[in-house]
Amino acid sequence: MNEQLVTQPVYASFHEHDVLHDLKHYLPAQAPLKDFIHHNTLHAFQYLPFFDALRSASEIFGYKVSLALEEYRAFYASGRIREDVLVHILKRRKGTRLLTDWKAKLLTKEFKNGSLPRIGSLRSNWKRQYQIDLDSLVHPILFRILCSYLDQGISMWSFPVWHKGLLPSLRELERTAFTSFFRTERAKNMLLHGHCDIKSLLNIVVGSDESLYKHYLFDQQFAHQGWSGMVSAIEDQPQTLLDQRKVSLHDLIIFELLLEIDALDFHFGTDWTPLTSKLTTRPIELFADVPETELSEVFSIWQEAFEWSYYDQVLAGIQSQKLEKKLIAHTSFQAMFCIDDRECSFRRYLEKFDPDCETFGTPGFFGVEFFYKPEHGKFVTKLCPAPVTPKYLIKEVGTRQKQQTDVHFTKQTHSLFRGWLISQTLGFWSAFKLLLTVFRPSMSPATATSLRHMDKFARLTIENKSPDHTENNLQIGFTVDEMVQRVEGLLKSIGLVTNFAPIVYIVGHGSSSVNNPHYAAYDCGACSGRAGSVNARVICYMANHAKVREILKTKGIDIPATTQFVGGLHDTTRDEIVFFDEDTLSLENQKSHKKNESTFSTALDHNAKERSRRFESIDTSQAPEKIHDEVQLRSVSLFEPRPELNHATNALCIVGRREMSKGLFLDRRSFLNSYDYQIDPDGTYLFNILKAAAPVCGGINLEYFFSRVDNQKLGAGTKLPHNVMGLFGVANGIDGDLRPGLPSQMIEVHDPVRILFIVEHFPEVVLHTIQRTPETYEWFINDWVKLVVMNPATQELSVFTNGRFVPYRPLEGQLDEVKDMAPLVELHQENFPVYLLS
Amino acid sequence: MTSFLPVFLLIPFAGYIISLLIPDKQETLISRITFGTVGLHFVGAIIFTGYWLLHSHPTLNEKDFILFETANYEFFIDLFFDKITATYLLVGAFLTFLVTMYSRYYLHREQGYKRFFNTILFFYLGYNIAIFSGNLETLFIGWEILGISSFLLIAFYRDRYLPVKNAVKVFSIYRIGDVGLLLAMWMMHHLWHENITFLKLSNYELVHSQLQGHSFIGVFISLMILITAAAKSAQIPFSSWLPRAMEGPTPSSAIFYGSLSVHLGVFLLLRTYPFWEHQLSIRILIAVLGLFSAVMATGVARVQSSVKSQIAYASIAQIGLIFIELALGFEKFALFHFAGNAFLRTYQLLVSPSVVSYLIREQFYNFMPRQHSFEHSLPKRIEYSIYMLCLKEWNLDSFMYRYLWNPLKWAGNKLNFLNLSRVLWFFIPVYVLGLISLFYEDYIPAIVHQALPIFFSLIGLLMVLKSFTERKKARMSWALVIMNHFWVALAISFNEHFTYGHTALYLSGIVVAGAIGYLCISRLKLLEGNVDLDQFHGHSYKHPKIAFLFLLCCLGVSGFPITPTFIGEDLIFSHIHENQILLAFFVSLSFIIDGLAIIRIYARIFLGPHVKSVYEMAYRSS
Repeated sequence: MNEQLVTQPVYASFHEHDVLHDLKHYLPAQAPLKDFIHHNTLHAFQYLPFFDALRSASEIFGYKVSLALEEYRAFYASGRIREDVLVHILKRRKGTRLLTDWKAKLLTKEFKNGSLPRIGSLRSNWKRQYQIDLDSLVHPILFRILCSYLDQGISMWSFPVWHKGLLPSLRELERTAFTSFFRTERAKNMLLHGHCDIKSLLNIVVGSDESLYKHYLFDQQFAHQGWSGMVSAIEDQPQTLLDQRKVSLHDLIIFELLLEIDALDFHFGTDWTPLTSKLTTRPIELFADVPETELSEVFSIWQEAFEWSYYDQVLAGIQSQKLEKKLIAHTSFQAMFCIDDRECSFRRYLEKFDPDCETFGTPGFFGVEFFYKPEHGKFVTKLCPAPVTPKYLIKEVGTRQKQQTDVHFTKQTHSLFRGWLISQTLGFWSAFKLLLTVFRPSMSPATATSLRHMDKFARLTIENKSPDHTENNLQIGFTVDEMVQRVEGLLKSIGLVTNFAPIVYIVGHGSSSVNNPHYAAYDCGACSGRAGSVNARVICYMANHAKVREILKTKGIDIPATTQFVGGLHDTTRDEIVFFDEDTLSLENQKSHKKNESTFSTALDHNAKERSRRFESIDTSQAPEKIHDEVQLRSVSLFEPRPELNHATNALCIVGRREMSKGLFLDRRSFLNSYDYQIDPDGTYLFNILKAAAPVCGGINLEYFFSRVDNQKLGAGTKLPHNVMGLFGVANGIDGDLRPGLPSQMIEVHDPVRILFIVEHFPEVVLHTIQRTPETYEWFINDWVKLVVMNPATQELSVFTNGRFVPYRPLEGQLDEVKDMAPLVELHQENFPVYLLS
Repeated sequence: MTSFLPVFLLIPFAGYIISLLIPDKQETLISRITFGTVGLHFVGAIIFTGYWLLHSHPTLNEKDFILFETANYEFFIDLFFDKITATYLLVGAFLTFLVTMYSRYYLHREQGYKRFFNTILFFYLGYNIAIFSGNLETLFIGWEILGISSFLLIAFYRDRYLPVKNAVKVFSIYRIGDVGLLLAMWMMHHLWHENITFLKLSNYELVHSQLQGHSFIGVFISLMILITAAAKSAQIPFSSWLPRAMEGPTPSSAIFYGSLSVHLGVFLLLRTYPFWEHQLSIRILIAVLGLFSAVMATGVARVQSSVKSQIAYASIAQIGLIFIELALGFEKFALFHFAGNAFLRTYQLLVSPSVVSYLIREQFYNFMPRQHSFEHSLPKRIEYSIYMLCLKEWNLDSFMYRYLWNPLKWAGNKLNFLNLSRVLWFFIPVYVLGLISLFYEDYIPAIVHQALPIFFSLIGLLMVLKSFTERKKARMSWALVIMNHFWVALAISFNEHFTYGHTALYLSGIVVAGAIGYLCISRLKLLEGNVDLDQFHGHSYKHPKIAFLFLLCCLGVSGFPITPTFIGEDLIFSHIHENQILLAFFVSLSFIIDGLAIIRIYARIFLGPHVKSVYEMAYRSS
């Protein structure tokens, strides 16, 4: 035993359960690819205020948590970080006296490279003291076995024993087979005879000093955080795999420790001494406080200045808006979209091309939560926000869709004899297909498209026949009362309770892409990464239901008989829209629907044009229709790693009436949630909105944030070399760690700023609302999302700081006006400032 | 017609040189040059092949130019065109053209956009030299270019650990193939007393009569060719490199490791077919090797749970079948099979990211709790054992370590007592002694005289072994590599009285490249402090220019066809007698390790995650 160690104060003992719990908390929480849902990458640090969390995460785990100093300085030099904003922040944080001093630090001081992160510092002693590269001996076989065990359908011959859990399965293989995954006897025997629990294995590997066990396990698991995170995610929600597997972090750790013992035995024989015997210095306690440094403060000031340089102009713009609603004699139609930032510009174009229409935003599951089972499907799919567990099932009946197949994906091509036949016949067909994919891309079975989510012509079992009509404990359809509840909730939360137009469109969204393992991230987040078409159709059915309307009337929502709801789906990649059940429209409405359809179509063309400015390969100065064609081509091109840019550049979430932002050009950067404070004086609906919007929009925003600032450790790196592992994850090459987070192609144009919520209501109501549940309040009080409230009466702004609202007056004087967006979007690819639309 | 052949090498060569000169940021220009070059080449290939077919498709051969000539030695570039070249040309041009078109968009905004297209053109140049080659020497040039461009493509993401590690691994296997080719060339010299062309080899009578008296030599040459082909085509026991090569951007993996690069082993066998056609033992060996590879690789493919490694092993299995077809004499069939397999695997790799949405959807609609594969009917004990063996790739990867690299490392570690000053103080006098004894050669007793070349080549081998295992001093490691060549030169000098011009030719490139390389490391040491060889340092991150210069030096020292050393190497070999197996073994072994040591120095110093930017680098395991 090393003397230094002996003189340490009383050892903490090792509590396996607690350590595993902590580990699971800190590991990446990303589910398998098909259920990709955005979340705060640093969710484990959310109990801390934002900048403290960044500092700790960086020091402990070695993440890069902000832009580089040179990047901030370059932004400052180019004026993107405004001087007046920076001075304002410095004055507030450092006072006028230290202003010049700190400004100099920010602008010119040279800082030395930081020290090594704490993670890995204990386990690195294998290499330093024993000259053995344990990871390269253990990882390849460990990853391979894990991947094969969890595999969802790539392999032709799957893991022969699977139903008992990872360790028992391995035990059975080892007991029966002639060969072994281990190279030496000891580890194998320990596995076979069950003499292995984490503590006793750690005693062999690390030594008797229990206080180091936690550190060792963190080092070990964070050496492959992708795999460990996946195991932990599957352990917590086994249903996320269609072909379910029993697996646990506990089993993984035991197996890895056994492999480590095996590698050490193989290398040194059995007479090596545990790690602590050669330890010269004790590593810093992993989760000890991380003190603030000058550099970390410099980073946080820059970050704030960067954010407020943008926020300030937005707030100036919002404050300049006139809130009274312009009276429209005859509203042509009303349309409801998802709050998604990708709908922001589409709505703007609709309003431009038909000034008599009205648009709304609300989470894209439209308040109806259920499981969906397409006809012939063997499983159900959840269509509502991820944390909700619905009790209802909607089934698709009478589909005419046929599943297309492509022999290139079939397993026969990999077998010996059929492969022999196929390569000599179909091989030449591949050459032809290759030619087509390069010169004439088109929709193929390989494309993942939201249009296949539901057959437009199939029926849905929306109405419940009797309460005992169930399947797998799920009630099929909704009863009338349940429908009323949902329709009322939806309409009140967006403030649409009177003045109904003849047609109300409710439009979900989805996407189309090919060669994109992250396809689920492109669909609707409020529908658990699926398209929102079924939800749109379901809620329209409910709102059109005669009995539902009758009861709604008694609750003060009088929907005229002439008003009809029409569901639709907006494909955000292709900028296409399809409508459902149009044949149920009255003759009158069918006529106006025709007219509206052409408005939609024009708006989509222009939306495509505005989007195209970020795409290098499209010339934005062309006519909108032409660009629209090219945009559609992208969605089916195998060689296009950026079919769309998804939520990139998102920065705002506006909760209030449309009039707050109708006259602003927000450059597709804002989530828009319609809400009318007048209908909801005590904030009941606001609470529901914020309860969902904070984690959903905040999650999206922070995932983009962290994938952008550290694309290597918190993001997935470039997607070009990605290799699909077991259908649930991607890795680089064949023996790498899984890469959770977003690939660089999704985040490269993103500006890492926290999302700013702007809520229209009275500060005291909002304060009371966000404090209702601690989970929601955490987002705001710890500054993971920023919050500004606009008082609807006075249009005064106040910022939520340290638990209270502080008045804010924008520094920006007058915003520039633009008359026409078309020439503007042709200007350049970068973010635009906020403009007033005239 | 024949005079058109050089055009097919000049087009990619010109394209490559032009592409090097374009600035980094000019994405459009870079990609246009690339697909312009390959497109022109493709169109040219179609027209030429069409014309050739219409004119009764003769076998074309052109002795192009002589690089070096002495009384009994000639090093010349020879070009050749027949149905094999035609097939490889059309398939290669078609796939490369489409993949460059594909990559134009796919690699948009990727760091290293230019590097990627440079390397593709470089690869394409090597590919064409290889398939148009009319003799082994010309083939060897192409072969070397392919090896180095493969290394660069696998290590395309050079600031991550795994791509670099795997690139070195693949390179080391390629190196074995290179030396097989070198030894085959050596024996061919002795068999024919000239650098024989493939045209002459297809003369049955000539080959037959020559082999009659030298059946052992014939078998030896064929074996060397088979080793080279097996290494390149990832057959047993070399298979494990192929899936590990899938580290670059998907299109490059698709075209090189899915199709063109792996089928070059098949090409080599096709090319030398007339030579081994009548050696029954070799044909049986090829068939058995193919069969084993096909069966074992199929097993491994069946258990793969990642899409790219599955395609890689499925492709290896098909190449195994092509080997069998060749051994059975179905040449045309093998060509056909090659084309089909190349197209299929390229396409499969290109669409591989789509597999998630496709298979998940299929599973969603057609899931059956567990699909029983035929292996379930086996006794459990057998089933599990085979499954585990397949999952472990039949231990092929650890096999290479255990029987090839670990003994070398072990031997090198025995030399740990050496340091730079000891090396200099001990070996310089010995070398001088060697030179003196060379001068007074006539006074040395015959038995000693015979042993001297072997002795000196052994010292050279020790040098390079030490270099390969050196953990600390990069400069010493580098110096040892250079010295090795001096020892080899000295050893061979005892063998035969040839002019000093040969030695000068051999050492000229090495001295220049060696000196510049030494300066590169010294400069880097000055700028960055400690530069050891114990880990990857990733200095190309901050010093890309020094990295590039040093890479050129590495190529120069390792006998890459950019310096006269390349010809010298071949020449030196021609001075080893056919009965000096031990000498040939030592020299060739030192060439293998030499190449490895050099690429190791380059990789350790310049590639991998940058040591000084921990916070911006990917995890080691990713």
